[in-house]
Amino acid sequence: MLSIENLQWGLNGKLVIDGLNMHVGRGEIYGILGENGTGKTSLTHLIMGTNNYKPTGGDILFEGQNLAGLSISQRARMGISLAWQEPVRIEGLMVEDYLRISGKNFGIEQVKHCLEMVGLSPSIYLSRDIDSTLSGGERKRIEMASLVAMHPKLAILDEPDSGVDIPSLPLILNSIMEMSRQGSSVLLITHNEKVVEIAHRVSVLCGGKIFMTGTPAETSHWFKDNCQTCPHINEPVEL
Amino acid sequence: MIYSVEKEYQGMLDAYEKAGGDSNSLKTEGMAKLIVHENKVLSADEVPGVRLKFKPKENGIIAELRVEEGVKVKNPIHLCFGILPSEGLQDITFRVDVLSGAEVKVVAHCIFPNAVHVIHKMDAVINIGENAIFSYNETHYHGDSGGIEVIPKAKVILAEKAFYKNTFSLVQGCVGKLDFDYDIYSGANSVAEMVAKIYGKQDDYIKINEKVNLNGENARSLIKTRIVLRDRARAEVIGETQGNAPYARGHVDCTELVNGTEAVAKAIPVVSVTNDKAKITHEAAIGSIDRRQVETLMARGLDENEAVDVIVKGLLR
Ligand SMILES: Nc1ncnc2c1ncn2[C@@H]1O[C@H](COP(=O)(O)OP(=O)(O)OP(=O)(O)O)[C@@H](O)[C@H]1O
Ligand SMILES: [Mg+2]
Repeated sequence: MLSIENLQWGLNGKLVIDGLNMHVGRGEIYGILGENGTGKTSLTHLIMGTNNYKPTGGDILFEGQNLAGLSISQRARMGISLAWQEPVRIEGLMVEDYLRISGKNFGIEQVKHCLEMVGLSPSIYLSRDIDSTLSGGERKRIEMASLVAMHPKLAILDEPDSGVDIPSLPLILNSIMEMSRQGSSVLLITHNEKVVEIAHRVSVLCGGKIFMTGTPAETSHWFKDNCQTCPHINEPVEL
Repeated sequence: MIYSVEKEYQGMLDAYEKAGGDSNSLKTEGMAKLIVHENKVLSADEVPGVRLKFKPKENGIIAELRVEEGVKVKNPIHLCFGILPSEGLQDITFRVDVLSGAEVKVVAHCIFPNAVHVIHKMDAVINIGENAIFSYNETHYHGDSGGIEVIPKAKVILAEKAFYKNTFSLVQGCVGKLDFDYDIYSGANSVAEMVAKIYGKQDDYIKINEKVNLNGENARSLIKTRIVLRDRARAEVIGETQGNAPYARGHVDCTELVNGTEAVAKAIPVVSVTNDKAKITHEAAIGSIDRRQVETLMARGLDENEAVDVIVKGLLR
């Protein structure tokens, strides 16, 4: 589904993504676990083509097609979509309309279902605007609902748990698992090892490189022992 | 193409619906209305206290709307001007007299869905009497070709304590060329509010010139302009307010947003005060459409222009 080969991206002479290789299979939930500043969000922009990020080396292939030079819209139409770490506010755009756009002519019942999946009551939220009156957590959940509505082949979720309270986290995790059951592949990005428990495979990212890949249990262990105690943020541990 | 009057009428109703109007309101009895296609009046109805007179002139009509003293018109008066063929000139001379104490709301639609070479001119003189309330809401519906020129000019005279609100909205289709020129003379304790919402695309050229002369004591005004431009569209907005009387208060608020590097926005707020007790303020902001908003919608499969359209719809709502 998604193959990343020797991906590089740098800024000011520093490689933020440094020779990254990975492969996500169809329907797979692929976790990426990394501390702050390790390149997680940069990776999402490189795949989606957002933020004007273009690889300085390597390739990103989706269903065998190289994404180089394709616009965000073209990538989206191929079936890739992104829920941003900090979703933007759009004044005057109603939640209902946003979800309809995401779901391509969704009917109202489908829109309501997506909101319910992320634990938001349609009667309250459908007619709200996606503006600064929404709380951070509400906005995050609507972003999640939007991806559920879109039903992409590949959902890139940048910290879907951040800003979401502990009691609601299972709902969010459930909707991710549901997306995977419905055939979507999910790139699940987080710094929370609890979140990647639902993944099929997890990689640890540091300094723009993948350090190890394994089951959630294996990676969480490794992550705790190495990354969480690592004194140099952004610097890979000496192995 | 030659249109019969009946066909024209139906054509205008259809276009009116498309423009977001409710064509039932044009058919309902008991509503004052005026429907003009090219230089032909297709329908005209008065209600008690509201007089609508018109006579033809070359390439247009001369119309008069008069609301008698103290008459509070219950339903909005509907005006509909349009040209359905791709070519034509519509030149309207319009005189409005809202006599003292009257209250009226006008909903106007200007419809040019197929314009390739169309000119729509409106020269209005609007007199709002003492304590009268007049609100005028004009929505344009243009086709996508941009082959249209819209030239609305008005002189508005507000008597003491008159209330005037004008909303001009041109967000559907291409603007073409707009040359909007309003001059307002405000009497004591009157209130004037001008709102314009315009979405320019392709090679549209938008020129707005609004001037409020706050001549009466304690007169108030607000000029509010919201413009979004994409492609190679250009806009120049001059919002001028003069404070010529004690305690006159005016504010000019102009926001223009562009998407892309080729659209050009210009805002020129002009404020002047000839009375030391008057106070005029202004804010003008020119910015670009938030890239992250556009990209968020593109990541849902919209192309860039569709994404900008969605954002603009929210902004100009
Ligand atoms: N446009 C930019 N200009 C300067 N530095 C940048 C830019 N984009 C990313 N970086 C740097 O690249 C590194 C990786 O950033 P990135 O946002 O990918 O981290 P992250 O893993 O998502 O972190 P977090 O967990 O805090 O979200 C950081 O050190 C960041 O400061
Ligand atoms: Mg991040």
